Amino acid sequence: MSIIVDAGGLSCPQPVLMTLNKIKEIKKGEIIVKVDTDTSKENVSRAAKSQGWEIADVQENEGGYQLTIKKE
Amino acid sequence: MGRLKNIFTTRWGIIGVGGLIGVLAALLQKLGNPGNMGICVACFERDIAGAIGIHRAAVVQYMRPEIIGFVMGSLVAAYIFKEFRPRTGSAPIVRFVLGVFAMIGSLVFLGCPWRAMLRLAAGDGNAIFALLGLIGGIWIGTLFLKSGYNLGRVQKTYVSAGWLLPLTMLGFLVLMLIFPHIEGQGKSGVLFYSLKGPGAMHASLIISLAVGLAIGFIAQRSRFCTMGAFRDLILFRQVHLLSGVIALVITAFIVNLIVGQFHPGFASQPVAHTMQIWNFGGMVLSGLAFSLAGGCPGRQLFLAGEGDGDAAIFVLGMIVGAGFAHNFGLASSPKGVGPHGIAAVIIGLTVCLFIGFTMRKRIS
Repeated sequence: MSIIVDAGGLSCPQPVLMTLNKIKEIKKGEIIVKVDTDTSKENVSRAAKSQGWEIADVQENEGGYQLTIKKE
Repeated sequence: MGRLKNIFTTRWGIIGVGGLIGVLAALLQKLGNPGNMGICVACFERDIAGAIGIHRAAVVQYMRPEIIGFVMGSLVAAYIFKEFRPRTGSAPIVRFVLGVFAMIGSLVFLGCPWRAMLRLAAGDGNAIFALLGLIGGIWIGTLFLKSGYNLGRVQKTYVSAGWLLPLTMLGFLVLMLIFPHIEGQGKSGVLFYSLKGPGAMHASLIISLAVGLAIGFIAQRSRFCTMGAFRDLILFRQVHLLSGVIALVITAFIVNLIVGQFHPGFASQPVAHTMQIWNFGGMVLSGLAFSLAGGCPGRQLFLAGEGDGDAAIFVLGMIVGAGFAHNFGLASSPKGVGPHGIAAVIIGLTVCLFIGFTMRKRIS
């Protein structure tokens, strides 16, 4: 069961802050981040990569995007 | 358009966008815009406030096509790349108030972050104090962000709601076409025009609009933001947006050197004063307000163009704030700060701190 960070409807830097907080908390594993703008999607991806996490999957849905980020 | 879509968000993309803005801004000055004010989002929104009579400061009244172009260029980009997402409802009244004080702080310094960079690139040493203030204000903002400050989630709304600010801008453009400036006249139909001062200095409508549209387009694609540049550096040690801002300063500096617009010094700089404490203090207020609102004045226009109704409210707050700034004697002039400018900065900082301290909630 993946951990979900629901940043839908929040503008930056909130999605990035929430993602980084979760990354700090769990150190490794899989996180699903929900965002609703392209900017948030890019910013979360950039921040996750800077922490050594990979973007495993990006799904577009009606409300925005669902990113799956991973670190083994 | 997958590959094309991401070009502007790469490191070189944002550097290219910042660099191009620097070149265009410096050239706009050569083509008629006021000194070190090729593009100043706050000053130009203030001029728009003057053009529609929200304030009656005779030297700063002009319907700046650059601002109209910023919103419309962003709208076009957002539609082409399917990023137009009409949304609103994240504490609009707070965003309005932040817009008001962001403008007041900018007018105490005499420029927004964009102009601070351009002033620096033209050798205006006073801008150094403003930049320090800007960074200080943003730093305070990051402390609030780290302790849970946020204005809540937006909601999807009607497409037509996302169109309201772009339509307002189109309306302004139509007014300008119906009531063009008449030589020697301070008023044309419903619009006010400056006969002297910065408001009387401008590039031609078509050039200003074209540059505005181009910048609006590429800035929407790249997410260029002069506040985010420093915020991301402080908060995340990220230099992505900052690299765009640095590129802006460098290219504007080079163009200024080439066309003879580089004049290093502190005294007698165009549309500037040397009261450094208030160059600093005004920008602390602005930086904090932009930081709490999530974007510099340019970014707010680009966001409004892609359907963000809250950013649109911030823009309207800035335009109304310009009214307060000039009607209440808060705005500075080359002689120094306005009679009530210092009080306004103190009140503004108090209000921003009130907002920062009371609107904190951990979002699970």
